[in-house]
Amino acid sequence: MSKIGVFICHCGENISATVDCQRVAEELSKVDGVAYSIDYKYMCSDPGQTLIKQAIKEHNLTGVVIGSCSPRMHELTFRKTCAEAGLNPYMCEIANLREHCSWVHEKGEATTEKAISLVKMLVEKVKKDHPLTSIQVPITKKALVIGGGIAGIQASLDIANCGHQVILIEKDPSIGGHMSQLSETFPTLDCSQCILTPRMVEVAQHPNITLYTYAELDSVEGSIGNFHVTIRLKAKSVDPKKCTGCGTCSSKCPQKKIPSEFNAGLGTRTAIYVPFPQAVPNKPVIDKEHCNYYQKGKCQLCKKVCPTDAIEFDKPDELLKEDVGAIVVTTGFNVLKTDFFPEYGYGKYKDVITGLQFERLASASGPTLGEIRRPSDGQIPKKIVFVACAGSRDPAKGIPYCSKICCMYTAKHAMLYQHKVHDGESYVFYMDVRAGGKNYEEFVRRAIEEDGVKYVRGRVARVYEKDGKLIVKGADTLLGGAPVEIEADMVVLATAGVSNNGAEQLAQKMHISYDSYKFFAEAHPKLRPVETNTAGIFLAGACQAPKDIPDTVSGASGAAVKVAGLFSQSMLVREPLIAVVNRCAPPLFSTCVGCFMCETACPYHAIEHEEIKNRNGDVIKTVAKVNPGLCQGCGTCVAFCRSKSIDIQGYTNEEMYAEVVSLLNN
Amino acid sequence: MDNNESEFEPKIVAFVCNWCTYAGADLTGTSRIKYATNVKIVRFPCTGRIDFMLLLKAFANGADGIIVSGCHPNDCHYTSGNFHARRRWIAFRHLLEIIGVDVRRIRFSWVSAAEGAKWGDLVNETVANIRELGPYTEYTKVAQYVEKEDNNE
Repeated sequence: MSKIGVFICHCGENISATVDCQRVAEELSKVDGVAYSIDYKYMCSDPGQTLIKQAIKEHNLTGVVIGSCSPRMHELTFRKTCAEAGLNPYMCEIANLREHCSWVHEKGEATTEKAISLVKMLVEKVKKDHPLTSIQVPITKKALVIGGGIAGIQASLDIANCGHQVILIEKDPSIGGHMSQLSETFPTLDCSQCILTPRMVEVAQHPNITLYTYAELDSVEGSIGNFHVTIRLKAKSVDPKKCTGCGTCSSKCPQKKIPSEFNAGLGTRTAIYVPFPQAVPNKPVIDKEHCNYYQKGKCQLCKKVCPTDAIEFDKPDELLKEDVGAIVVTTGFNVLKTDFFPEYGYGKYKDVITGLQFERLASASGPTLGEIRRPSDGQIPKKIVFVACAGSRDPAKGIPYCSKICCMYTAKHAMLYQHKVHDGESYVFYMDVRAGGKNYEEFVRRAIEEDGVKYVRGRVARVYEKDGKLIVKGADTLLGGAPVEIEADMVVLATAGVSNNGAEQLAQKMHISYDSYKFFAEAHPKLRPVETNTAGIFLAGACQAPKDIPDTVSGASGAAVKVAGLFSQSMLVREPLIAVVNRCAPPLFSTCVGCFMCETACPYHAIEHEEIKNRNGDVIKTVAKVNPGLCQGCGTCVAFCRSKSIDIQGYTNEEMYAEVVSLLNN
Repeated sequence: MDNNESEFEPKIVAFVCNWCTYAGADLTGTSRIKYATNVKIVRFPCTGRIDFMLLLKAFANGADGIIVSGCHPNDCHYTSGNFHARRRWIAFRHLLEIIGVDVRRIRFSWVSAAEGAKWGDLVNETVANIRELGPYTEYTKVAQYVEKEDNNE
């Protein structure tokens, strides 16, 4: 038999001005199952809460309904109050008498009647409520970071410095990512490698970080606190324990004309290679697609010259299983190639290059050792045109968004060019200069005013070759669309930043959302910018959208804090308002018929298959099971269930039907 | 309210989600926007949770009208619950027509947590519409149907 306590709050005069609170309490005392009913001026105040606690103890209340402000305001307060008096906190319900009644209606009989029926509705619900206990999930205090660019490096270091174990995986042979390819960084013009490589070394040497390069995520199972991941360690064909990184193998490799990824295709590398001199780890791998041995079956020159016998051909990929509690995704971005732009030469003019390629030209470690030289003939270009928004902000190209970093790096490129080629002329075609950021606008002004970079507002319509020159045709929209034609020696396209190769597949593996551009989606674009919709998986860097280094680093530190915060708890405590599949006595076990409609409905992939076996171990039937770590309690599965076997705690069918029936029969 | 004693007072139940419409209705209150007392809110975690049998149950118990409201498309707290609700509503309204329920008695809407005024308007409009349609007396038909369903379980 229910013994329910009803507590009607006046909220000063907020409720009592239009609702006759005393009458509400009186009416409720007549309801079947209500053992105690009272009104009070401020229920949330200390004496108010004491009143509730005393009533619970004195009358042995089995449930409590509080008629007060919105449950979004004080549900937690009153649940705590009940818990302190020894009542299960989930046996407390709030009737919203303020926001949904007293504040929106005039004083009168109808308003008081509505208040009475709202409280009665919750009384009927409490009668059907079950005591619930919060869910405790153990946490594996080890994080997986996917992607070894600056975002992954920063996140790994921050988590590791909090004292937690980190596994960092990187698909390329070295960590460093795009930042390692950059020459100087805006707006300070400090050398990218100078600030990045010490961090790369720190990652490799950190006692809490396990680094796997040439490794990719194979699969993820489990949920927050307890993910089970499989990492594919791609065969490097070089035993890193034996290899000393002497480089003899690379110097002898006969395949010497493979375009270097690190130099964005401007330089070459060998089939057995270290991507760049400061690589971490500084040990080579064999690129099977270009290796004579793997393609034609003979060569093995590297094996012959290796002084430590470190080359190991034909070793398969290894699959490594690890348990982690949280995952940080920092897989970065990609840039469009020039062949995306037929109007700018379809990638057929060698001297039309991307911004990333210009970075390599300007970099002291690049193919020209920092001298700006044309890829076609090695001459120093005397006139250079930079085209901003190449692809970006162009719905016709399918990229309506702004790539964010191009305005700044184009200004930097023009500036670096002017610093290196004193008699050179540089032009920047732009739509708008978006230089939002600390010292950014000043930097662009400096390029224009001190270094004499000529900014032309307008789009480039066409680039074509004539007598060894690239003719850039565009319009100056500040001069009423006057046609502009520049005979340039080199054209640099600030091509759009796009999602990385394989981003979609990776997102599907991890069940995280992504947008139509295949950038990963945050749980909330403003208030939860480093979380995904899947609990325990976090994001940082340019895998979310094009970002500059400061934003990437702060995002990475933010994600690291989220991971550290998660790991600071001994157990993961979650609200028990989640779905459950019913179980009953044999031979039925569960009314679930195994149609798994719930599985198709669930946005969180929280539905698992559970096999019910007899004593011989034979499977009798397969039923749905909810993973409490993944379920967020939306209840979509409940409405989908054909056999009414799944229900959501706190909003069960029984409770909701009781509410509706009560509401209409008073 | 401006209605007189003799005017029909419809009973309307609103099935709303916790994150958008419930919060939107809270904002109506905080903004002190007045609306008719006829609508009473039942809180759900998400419109995706709303089993449409509940709507039949409401009619069977004497509701004259029903509001179902959640987050706007793409704003669902749970990613896609409101889309499921919308799809269910598209299928369900045809079934209602078959069993003879006037679908104008159900109002399907999106009200965000910032749309306090919209919630007030929605309530007043629905009350006016249902008042025009008159009391819902055919619910016994539905009641019989629901009873048959319940017995089959």
